[in-house]
Amino acid sequence: MVFTSTQRQDLTEGFTANLVVSASVAAYGSVLGLMAAQKGLTWYQLLVMNLSVFAGSAQFVMVDMWLPPLPMAEIILAVLVINMRYLLIGASLNPLFRGTSLSHKALFMHLVADENWAMTMARFYKQPTTTWFLLGGGICVQSAWCFGTLLGHRLGAVITNPERYGLDFSFVAVFTALVFCFWKGRQDVLPWLVAAGVAALSESLMPGKWYIVCGGVAGALAAALLSPRGIGND
Amino acid sequence: MTSHSGDMLVWLTIFGAAGVTYSLRIGGLLLAERLPKTGKFKRFMEALPGTILLSLIVPAALAAGPIGWLATLCTALCSLKTGNVFLSMMVGILIVAAGRWYGF
Repeated sequence: MVFTSTQRQDLTEGFTANLVVSASVAAYGSVLGLMAAQKGLTWYQLLVMNLSVFAGSAQFVMVDMWLPPLPMAEIILAVLVINMRYLLIGASLNPLFRGTSLSHKALFMHLVADENWAMTMARFYKQPTTTWFLLGGGICVQSAWCFGTLLGHRLGAVITNPERYGLDFSFVAVFTALVFCFWKGRQDVLPWLVAAGVAALSESLMPGKWYIVCGGVAGALAAALLSPRGIGND
Repeated sequence: MTSHSGDMLVWLTIFGAAGVTYSLRIGGLLLAERLPKTGKFKRFMEALPGTILLSLIVPAALAAGPIGWLATLCTALCSLKTGNVFLSMMVGILIVAAGRWYGF
């Protein structure tokens, strides 16, 4: 495979942009690795899980439910519910992937996490950005995740309570730092208020990660149906 | 050690979880291609990234308590003023870490 210079540059920049948040990913990974070792998962089972599932909060729930006899159907169902937001995240990446082949999409979509998705979309709104930026970020997050979890599995958690150092907040912080890149103008006021309100409300009413799907869909529906410009006027 | 069938169940569980996760990722992208690109659908898709991002932020920021609210505000202001993602993020983390260190 031959890289163009833009592809190589986007890959590198995507990787670099996600380095800081990946430090938090690794710290949380080490906590998961410790939990997994206590539940009797081998290091290579954990590694295969990281590489194939690659979804932080879902993997925490998987390991939490990891008790013999393994409740396979319940675990897979829980993962489906927690990761439902990836359906929306995948859909939102449509403009970035425009014009790419099916195999390109199939390969690049696997390494999509919340962090590199947000980084990529923020850059996409400001300057020309390719899927290689997304992939570079994905490789960075995936590497940190594998490194952290395996370290935790072999040596115990590097940081037993990441909350003490504000690392749980790093995910909120990175998304907040990117929020203005997503702002497109006054038409966003109503959808954003609806998204924030519905997300906060559903988080207190529903378990797991449903609030991301609820807030995201409600806000976007508000944009679609309650647009001040009227129907059919774009 | 786990038995042979127990081992099988481990792999089936891992690959089952991987399968549904990947299906959601690629499924969202492929479904979006089939949606009309005009009118309501267009506005829905254009608003979606922002509303997902906000839904990721708001409940987590609210749950972080007063120190988290302050940190979120400072991160947002710093990002607005400097446009520097790294700096803005560090400001937020340091405020929360300092707050927790001193027991707020």
